Amino acid sequence: MIISVASGKGGTGKTSVAVALAQSLEEPVELLDCDVEAPNGHIFMKPRWESRETVYAQIPQVDEAQCTYCRACSQLCQFKAILVLGETILTFPEMCHACGGCFLVCKPGALIPAQKELGEVEAGWSGDIRFVHGRLKIGEPMSPPLIREVKKRRDPNRVTILDAPPGTSCPVIQTVKGSDFTVLVTEPTPFGLYDLKLAVEVLDRLRIPCGVVINRADVGDRKVKDYLRARGLPLLLEIPFDRRIAAGYARGQSLIEIRPELKADMQNLFREIQGLLKETPQVRYALP
Amino acid sequence: MPSHKIREIVILSGKGGTGKTSLVGALAALIPEKILVDCDVDAPDLHLLLAPQIQSREEFLGGRKAQIISQLCTSCGECRAVCRFEAISEEYRVDETACEGCGVCVHFCPFGAIEFPPVICGEWFHSATRFGPLIHAQLAPGQENSGLLVALIRGKARDLAEIKGIPLILVDGPPGIGCPVISSLTGASGVLLVTEPTLSGLHDLDRIVSLSRHFKIPPLVLINKVDLNPEMAERIEAYCRENGLSLAGTLPYDPAVTEAMVQGKTILEWSRNGLGEKIRSIWEQVQRQIITD
Repeated sequence: MIISVASGKGGTGKTSVAVALAQSLEEPVELLDCDVEAPNGHIFMKPRWESRETVYAQIPQVDEAQCTYCRACSQLCQFKAILVLGETILTFPEMCHACGGCFLVCKPGALIPAQKELGEVEAGWSGDIRFVHGRLKIGEPMSPPLIREVKKRRDPNRVTILDAPPGTSCPVIQTVKGSDFTVLVTEPTPFGLYDLKLAVEVLDRLRIPCGVVINRADVGDRKVKDYLRARGLPLLLEIPFDRRIAAGYARGQSLIEIRPELKADMQNLFREIQGLLKETPQVRYALP
Repeated sequence: MPSHKIREIVILSGKGGTGKTSLVGALAALIPEKILVDCDVDAPDLHLLLAPQIQSREEFLGGRKAQIISQLCTSCGECRAVCRFEAISEEYRVDETACEGCGVCVHFCPFGAIEFPPVICGEWFHSATRFGPLIHAQLAPGQENSGLLVALIRGKARDLAEIKGIPLILVDGPPGIGCPVISSLTGASGVLLVTEPTLSGLHDLDRIVSLSRHFKIPPLVLINKVDLNPEMAERIEAYCRENGLSLAGTLPYDPAVTEAMVQGKTILEWSRNGLGEKIRSIWEQVQRQIITD
């Protein structure tokens, strides 16, 4: 089973919930931190690292001696990563999406595969919880290929929890795709609600069932709850604002370390998800 | 060349939820002459504080996606063989959430059975607000090319600044350090980094500082909600000293920020004796450090 934790808005508590869930389950479990731009899960999991791999994308390098400046590559490339001007050919590795098209169209064989570093994937253990994360190289714009690498290291014999990045664009899609269920963590504020609605739209498009955790549930207003009711979305858990949680979080303590009684809540949440998945998951899509 | 010098200040954080948008809202209320841009195009929130009246809206064509014409498809497998994104199913249907828009399958289909139409990935808006013009956008949920949309609206803001003779562009940036952040940052005059006194805040601050320096944009740091953990705040200040980073100031945690947000107001309009003075002095620091040099 794969459960992803996402939010739309940043800073709502995705990582706290993902870590708490991983630390509460009795089943064999793993946490994959897919927020490769700003990974924070390791701060709370404090894993004993076992492996570190550098991940590369295959990009073109030009063998000028072979190049006939025919422009086949630059005409094919949709990302402006190769430019031919007269008898000059330039590549822009930061623009390259590694689609491999240029190698295929280059008749003289002037393009040689070279590597561009995307970042690192590290794996290790936090007690008996497996932990994997990616760290995007500073200056590299594209995170989805690295997220794909993190997800490739999934152990299918464990419950997989995926900690997603904020937002609603391609890095989020890359993370949540293939999940059985997504937990959306929000806060009861106008920002939280607006971005929650966007996240729900993304999951609808991907046909992934979801439920919501409201964090800092006693600040802000009631509109998130009104929205959940109107959309027929399950409210899985409410976590009130608590200075002890804020202070512990600041020091790198997990929710379960600060408030051990939340473990039971997390186990209930997991059982509720299992129950929701046993019912027909399509039911939600029949709702307005 | 513009007839006047335009400064562009970008607000970033690495970590989400540190208070970028609330700060930009406050600065919008404070600074008289500027153009506001919301570059968090996939989860934009600034409009929730500014109640913009949209004056013009335009579609954003963000790229192309492959589409197989089933009548022409012979299921030969060529497209599946060349696609590196596993975007074409065994039934020869394109998964639009996996399609990268590279066009390699289109080029290699021997039967010309793949179309490659441009996709509307979102919209961008030129709006009027009670604090001046706002250029903003909404990426369609789940779409790509947010970096392209960011570059587009920054360009529009710059055009407007030139036409109207406005000297300042204030950019609310997205979280993270990837494509839309790089697109928000490159070529800016300066960047104000909003962090919070937590280990996560510091960890992500370090990544966004490295990114700013990678692109040679001078960073200034603001510690928000500083009183939530004085010990971590001290650690972040020490980090700034060790790394030669100037501190623009600190702001305390104030529940009035959320109250103001619920009312659709900026904190400056909501609470008269709260954070106003501190935000004013932070802006003076930013001007001293970034704008006047």
